[in-house]
Amino acid sequence: MDSGLLFNLTTVAYFASMVLFFAYIATKNKTVALVATLTAFAGFLIQTGALGLRWYESYQILGEDGRAPLTNLYESVVFFAWSILLIYLLIDWKYKQRTIGAFVMPIALFSMLWAQMSLHSTIDPLVPALQSNWLTYHVITCFLGYAGFAVAFGVSIMYLLKIGKEEKHKGDGPIGGILGMFPSTRILDDLNYKAIMIGFPLLTLGIITGAAWANYAWGTYWSWDPKETWSLIVWFIYAAFIHARFTRGWVGRRAAWLSVFGFAATLFCYLGVNLVLSGLHSYGSA
Amino acid sequence: MTEKTKSFPDRVWDFFCSLKLTIILLLLLALTSIIGTLIQQNAPAADYIREYGQANYELFVKLQFIDMYHSTWFIGILALFSINLICCSIKNFPRAWKFYRAPMLVPGEGILKGSANQAEYKSKDSKQQVAERLSGLLRKEIGKTTLSEKEGKLYLFAQKGIYSRFGAYITHVSILIVMAGAIVGNIWGFKAYVNIVEGSEVNQVLSRNGTLPIDLGFTVRCDDFDVSYYPNSNRPKDYNSDLVVLENGQEMVRKRIEVNDPLTYKGITFYQSSYGPAGSAFFKVRVTDNASGETLEVNARQGQHVQLPNGYSFAVTNFTENDRNFGPAMQMHVNTPDGKHGAPFVVWQNFPQFDVKRGGVFSFALLGADQPQFTGLQVAKDPGVNIVWLGCFLMVFGSLSAFFFSHKRIWVCLEDEGSKTRIRVAGNAHRNQSGFSLAFDELQQKIEASIKNESRKEG
Ligand code: HEM
Repeated sequence: MDSGLLFNLTTVAYFASMVLFFAYIATKNKTVALVATLTAFAGFLIQTGALGLRWYESYQILGEDGRAPLTNLYESVVFFAWSILLIYLLIDWKYKQRTIGAFVMPIALFSMLWAQMSLHSTIDPLVPALQSNWLTYHVITCFLGYAGFAVAFGVSIMYLLKIGKEEKHKGDGPIGGILGMFPSTRILDDLNYKAIMIGFPLLTLGIITGAAWANYAWGTYWSWDPKETWSLIVWFIYAAFIHARFTRGWVGRRAAWLSVFGFAATLFCYLGVNLVLSGLHSYGSA
Repeated sequence: MTEKTKSFPDRVWDFFCSLKLTIILLLLLALTSIIGTLIQQNAPAADYIREYGQANYELFVKLQFIDMYHSTWFIGILALFSINLICCSIKNFPRAWKFYRAPMLVPGEGILKGSANQAEYKSKDSKQQVAERLSGLLRKEIGKTTLSEKEGKLYLFAQKGIYSRFGAYITHVSILIVMAGAIVGNIWGFKAYVNIVEGSEVNQVLSRNGTLPIDLGFTVRCDDFDVSYYPNSNRPKDYNSDLVVLENGQEMVRKRIEVNDPLTYKGITFYQSSYGPAGSAFFKVRVTDNASGETLEVNARQGQHVQLPNGYSFAVTNFTENDRNFGPAMQMHVNTPDGKHGAPFVVWQNFPQFDVKRGGVFSFALLGADQPQFTGLQVAKDPGVNIVWLGCFLMVFGSLSAFFFSHKRIWVCLEDEGSKTRIRVAGNAHRNQSGFSLAFDELQQKIEASIKNESRKEG
């Protein structure tokens, strides 16, 4: 058995979980929701095992130059999916809002599909610049931060769908249909904030560990290269989001939009900079 | 006070304190920062002219887009942002301090009636009984609980997470500290680079953004430079330089540096960053006369013709450390006595017998190659960097305490109402209202259960 096989299994589990979450929203059957969550959890466990196995495989292939599986585009996309599941399962455990799964699992699933279907999964030795423990800390903190924003994004979409319907809705009764299954806008708004509260300090740590590493490797903790700058742009947007909570006129809808823009900027920071712009970071050439 | 009666300085003050300004500045910083990621920064003028044309280049220069993160307008936004931050902190800090020094033990009617989170109950039990029970509950659910009495009413006050009131201030101050560290580094530090040929030494380095050499105040010698490769591949694994620091001819420190492992001496740090060939390479070559079997060993310099017996000569024209996984190899050719230039061929160091098969007049084996290298070092001095790390530490610490703890307060007012006790509960949190009201709903149920249960038991 190799890690590739386990990652395929993970992908299947995430797909099944997503379909089950859709089925839950359609059928309102609580058992389906529980099965969906358990499937997601099973997928997460398999993926955790797969990451460990890939780590072990790197030592088999590279000998003493083995390393944590966090260094090329393939590995980072897989780790992104894992991080999303981690943050999502934590939030599910704490707040038990099952419908959110239908909006978060697709992001994890697409990451896995993309990685498994079209990215190079070979384990190559690292160029000298990447041989540093800071790389591991940097990648882990950044991606957990991104994952918090991904969950917040899913919740924001739910919020925007629901608030639009609520505002059009006349009469006192609760709105029915699929949107009636969603948590109340108050809870969605709160969860959006909670997820960003997890993501923001982690991104802060991610930027700091990146700066510490750059300082250790090149003697400049900040050089305004596109990747660094975009991470700062993301940071600014979520800082604005955090302060929006204190200002009348910026809560609710606008905050949800900030969260959507924030995630768009996050994705650009992660992928766009390397695929569209050029920079120092390594994924670009992968 | 209404807006109109405010004096001009007050309005200026309010403007600089406003959170709307913060949001606008943060989004403005986000938006403008994009420019510098789309337009390459600090490139030679010719590059811009080629890509965007002369007119646009001049526009860029006018708008300071060439080095926008150091432009007057960008620094201006950052300065405005700092002023916003400072004013806001000055304005709000005394309030946070007051919460800490003088907690409101007895709530006004405003809080009891006007709070978003409130509840009211009746109990048959006396004020004291209820107070005792609820303070037990509050101690368990919230934290330290104070009982006080005023005008015949009993009050309970419980709070949690007062320290989180300071988290935001710590975060804000940390941002100013990071900026201060960056300024210190810019004024008293430098970023430079230097190339040292193996075996030679330098006592000056070149500034990265200017051309003026900077005196180190000591001497750095490079004894050796090496590139190591991963087994069976031409992927470099590491670059190493053996550096020695000398002062007054005396050896002070010696370190083998590599990428991600620099040398620091007297606040100046040397980072391995690049390398390259310095001058032409030397080769130790064994030549065999295929007819007679006689051999001779010669030293050849790259590009130089070396005489062989009978008027022949050869020259090494190229060398690589690793040719397609076969290891070091040289490219060479042989010239005939009448000066004809022979076809070039390759000789691998690891296969000394191989060249015999070529079947020329002479066969060659490569015994050793020495390509003198220079090591490329980034050199940096940054006395502000520890200030930056202090700021970063406070930023993480402050934002965690601001986010994951909130200052929650619960008041209970107990008063006699006929033979019963009127119980009023109010609560607030200084942030994350919606989260708190969910928690308050839970607390309310517990309070209700506690009141009902006990009454039933005793009644
Ligand atoms: C990028 C820069 C900034 C960061 C990272 C930052 C961070 C934070 C954090 C983590 C909080 C606590 C949030 C919470 O309690 O939920 C906060 C609150 C706050 N920030 Fe900022 N902030 C920044 C800039 C500013 C600026 C420029 C101002 C100036 C007006 C400001 C004003 C406030 C205020 C008034 C609060 C609420 C404080 C309170 O709870 O009493 N912030 N900020």
